[in-house]
Amino acid sequence: MQSKPIVLSILDVVSIIVLGVAAYLALVFAPTELVMGDVQRVFYFHVGTAWVGLLGFILAAIAGIAYLATKDMKWDRFEVAAVEVSTMFFFITIVLGSIWARPVWNTWWTWDPRLTTAAVTELIYIAYFMLRQGIEDPEKRARFGAVYTLLGGLSAPITFMVIRLFRTIHPVVIGSQSAEAEGGFSMTTDMRAAFFFSLFAFTIIFIDLIWHRIRLGRLQDKVEELKLNLSL
Amino acid sequence: MSSAFRLPPSAAPRFLAKPTFFKATMAIVQKDLAAEFRSRELLSAMLVFSMLVILIFNFALELDIKVRQSVTAGVLWTTFAFAGTLGLNRSMAVEKDRGCLDGLLLAPVDRSAIFFGKAISNLAFMLIVEAIVLPLYALLYNEVRIFQPAFLGVILLGSIGYIAVGTLLSAMSVQTRTRDVLLPILLFPVAIPVLLASVKASGGLLNNATFAEILAPLNLLIVYDIVFIAVAFMVFDFVVEE
Repeated sequence: MQSKPIVLSILDVVSIIVLGVAAYLALVFAPTELVMGDVQRVFYFHVGTAWVGLLGFILAAIAGIAYLATKDMKWDRFEVAAVEVSTMFFFITIVLGSIWARPVWNTWWTWDPRLTTAAVTELIYIAYFMLRQGIEDPEKRARFGAVYTLLGGLSAPITFMVIRLFRTIHPVVIGSQSAEAEGGFSMTTDMRAAFFFSLFAFTIIFIDLIWHRIRLGRLQDKVEELKLNLSL
Repeated sequence: MSSAFRLPPSAAPRFLAKPTFFKATMAIVQKDLAAEFRSRELLSAMLVFSMLVILIFNFALELDIKVRQSVTAGVLWTTFAFAGTLGLNRSMAVEKDRGCLDGLLLAPVDRSAIFFGKAISNLAFMLIVEAIVLPLYALLYNEVRIFQPAFLGVILLGSIGYIAVGTLLSAMSVQTRTRDVLLPILLFPVAIPVLLASVKASGGLLNNATFAEILAPLNLLIVYDIVFIAVAFMVFDFVVEE
């Protein structure tokens, strides 16, 4: 069995450090927002996790296409890793968003385009795991998984556009119309520092987790192979 | 088989030649429709189910004249979506159960012809169900605005998108262990844009919206149809290959 690569061990330590620093920046360093108060601090991790969640789903769809084109199992392992890690991060995003929305929007949940799209995306990838669970042949599982991430990746943006026709109250902090939406605000320099650092921190953590998951996938395949050899 | 041998040698190659894409597609449609019109298993199940769903909605939502104003489109689309999954599941399970799918795959035709054949027959079943349910709904609730051409156009566009994704996913779900349960779970989250855009567009039409007002959902519906027909056409090969 190959031992854990040294770079990965270093990345583990770096991940923990950047998470600590990001937490410090978000909770202590960044100034308190005037209207919303301390609950606005949720924003830094909310956007950080949402960013890597989204990144993972896009990477998964690309990995799906790469798998269908090459039939190389490494793409399948990458795809599963990306979807698994992103599903978790997206869940954290939704929970953090709810915590923020309760005092600011006066509700835990509303059927806003972003919220709905996040929920639907989450459901698509839960369905993805259920699909994979129902297939024994690893090659077929990889093929179906790739097709489904592709469909999911295509339908999510259309879902977003469709629900935008219904209604929206989600603030857009990055961009121009920041103050218009309910709970919008503009960032000060210190806020911006905390914000960009948390994006950076979550990207590092994301890479670290994906790497671990790919390694785990490789070991899983090896165990399967050994079991098969034993039974023969 | 024996008739092929009796043909003159010059005719044999033409007889055995690969059929055109269109011919192969139509052959599958014809097969499905012929089988369905003999057994009527699928259509009767879908129809009875649709009626039951509407009956349940009638009491669950208290469909009086004021409520109907806002929920008619939603009720209809929910009914079609549920009945649609029933049909999609059955139509693919029939192929899988007796090894018919393997037979189809062995045929010397383009695989995507199989997809289009199945999709067109699934669409036909769904449209037949809609053609019976819509007048019935109109009769039960005195809702004659259903019969405007734009409304029927939206129903058609929505059904096309729903069936395109549904046929692809049903080909996937029948090959899994949890087949019957899996199709709606796979299909609904991916088909949400179709259902919501259709509800938005058809609901707007029932509430006398102008064409400009329903243009946005209509555009998205068309975009979805084109994108997903193209994708299903491209990836169907990967779903059925052994």
